[in-house]
Amino acid sequence: MESPSSLPASEVIAPASEPERSPGDVSARRNAPDRAWAILLTVLGLGVLAAAAVIVAELSRIGAPAIAHAGLKSFVTKSTWDPTRDLFGAAPYIYGTLVTSAVSLVLALPISIGLALFLTEMAPPAVRSIVSFPIALLAGIPSVVYGLWGLFVLVPLLRKPVEPFLANTLGFLPLFQGAPIGLGYLAAGVILAIMILPTITSISIEVLRTVPGQLREAALALGATRWEAIRTAVLPYARAGIVGATMLGLGRALGETMAVTMVIGNSPTIRASLFAPGYSLPAVIANEFAEASGEMHTGALAALGLLLFAVTVLLNIAARVLVRMSRRGPARVAA
Amino acid sequence: MMLAKRRAVNLIMTGVCGLALAVALVPLVSLLWLVISHGFRGLSFDFFTAVPAPVGEAGGGVGNAIAGTLYIVGIACLIGVPLGVGAGVFLAERGDGRVGDAIRFTAEVLSGVPSIVVGIVAYGLVVLPMRRFSALAGGVALAVLMVPTLARSTEELVRLVPRSLREASLALGVPQWRTSLRVVLRTALGGIMTAILLAVARAAGETAPLLFTSLNNQYWNFSADQPTASLTVQIFNYAVSPYQDWHDKAWSAALVLLLLVGSLSLAGGLLSRSRLR
Repeated sequence: MESPSSLPASEVIAPASEPERSPGDVSARRNAPDRAWAILLTVLGLGVLAAAAVIVAELSRIGAPAIAHAGLKSFVTKSTWDPTRDLFGAAPYIYGTLVTSAVSLVLALPISIGLALFLTEMAPPAVRSIVSFPIALLAGIPSVVYGLWGLFVLVPLLRKPVEPFLANTLGFLPLFQGAPIGLGYLAAGVILAIMILPTITSISIEVLRTVPGQLREAALALGATRWEAIRTAVLPYARAGIVGATMLGLGRALGETMAVTMVIGNSPTIRASLFAPGYSLPAVIANEFAEASGEMHTGALAALGLLLFAVTVLLNIAARVLVRMSRRGPARVAA
Repeated sequence: MMLAKRRAVNLIMTGVCGLALAVALVPLVSLLWLVISHGFRGLSFDFFTAVPAPVGEAGGGVGNAIAGTLYIVGIACLIGVPLGVGAGVFLAERGDGRVGDAIRFTAEVLSGVPSIVVGIVAYGLVVLPMRRFSALAGGVALAVLMVPTLARSTEELVRLVPRSLREASLALGVPQWRTSLRVVLRTALGGIMTAILLAVARAAGETAPLLFTSLNNQYWNFSADQPTASLTVQIFNYAVSPYQDWHDKAWSAALVLLLLVGSLSLAGGLLSRSRLR
């Protein structure tokens, strides 16, 4: 697609490096500002890498004393969190974060994929462009507003009809036993599901758009119904990308702070029932950091932040690689 | 399989996927409707201009919190916009090598880091050395959150500038740096403004990184080294309080926040649309 006359950008942009210029040449005088500009841009670009390095350095600097004090293993496995006695066991927070994120994925994943399929494969183009606006809106609402809605709308709703209903129908499972308080893992999971839905949906749509039309058409030409074409041709091709989208959604769920803090109940306990109040990593940081009782307490909270950072970074790296892989697509399908 | 059965499955699955759309829209409609209907009652002139009233006293507003949010976001822009846009220009103009790839990937990964973690970093960078919570610390946190997305969107916008434009400028003897500033950035300016407005809208809605950086303040404050109120932290404090009166104020403040964030996004959208014409 490149015409023979167009040079690669780098050759056009870098005339400064040509050797045979005399000092009096106009372009030689330009070199200094050009070089300064190039250096400025490079410094700003490297600033992104520096920011990442500073994040890691600061978190470890503040968090290191607490981890050293408690020991990494007991820090993540013990469940007593008592800053006044310098006891830091983060297990209830880790458990709460994992449980609420799992609930949110179970709820959001089918809806997101259904929605993405509906918008890319089934709905007429007019519906598509109308619906993309509310999805963007859903992503743009600040999390504290979700928390407000969760606290005054969702929690009462769970307390009255939803949790008693679940207890009556699925009460034989330990997940759905106990008093229906409203505040708890389930409330946090539901609100997280609403919040990660736009993330998973929009990236899945992006992935589904990269599926070549011929695949779909070939399936349809062989007599497949639209759903069969989706199931046999489209979804297998997009699988890696959809897994990546899910991981990005999971990353968002793990780190979401305000909405969870407001509805999870803030009780540092480990319970099997989803109706029970719990706690999460971001929530405990949000609630305790400003009033931390000393360097060790601040350090322990920063260590929780470091843990959260490490997990989300790993998830994001894996997810980006998967989404990129599925964009390249064809080679994998042949295999 | 029987054709009729296959057709039925097709129809059912289409229905299920369409149902997903309805399910996704229910919370959105409910949330918007409740914020508007609950929040609208509490709006008054005072609500926009007064400082919060103590518990039990009537009146009071979130004027200082609105101003505080704008102030903190302003500081964030001063730091974050040059860094983010500069990094984006770097990626577009000189980012084809391995360094560029590393920066691009880092920016993508950083945009997924929880905002509360960034708050801890700002606490370590600003609050600890200064020994007090401050608007500056909040601004630093929000700036760090703005940079990755701003860098990525700026890169895309700068790459959209036709190469012929750049070549024409260079062929006329305009130096590289002036070409970058006056031709390339100038052409991409509308788009970059949109990206900045969207980044500002996102930053204005952040709560978690402000909780222990800019903290809160019951009064007006425009000193960068003092604790500063923000709309989002104020909503949080009102919402988790035990007072009905404060709950009402939380809804009203949420409406103000949505209006602020919405109008910023809308302005961004209009700007990019007018640019296309």
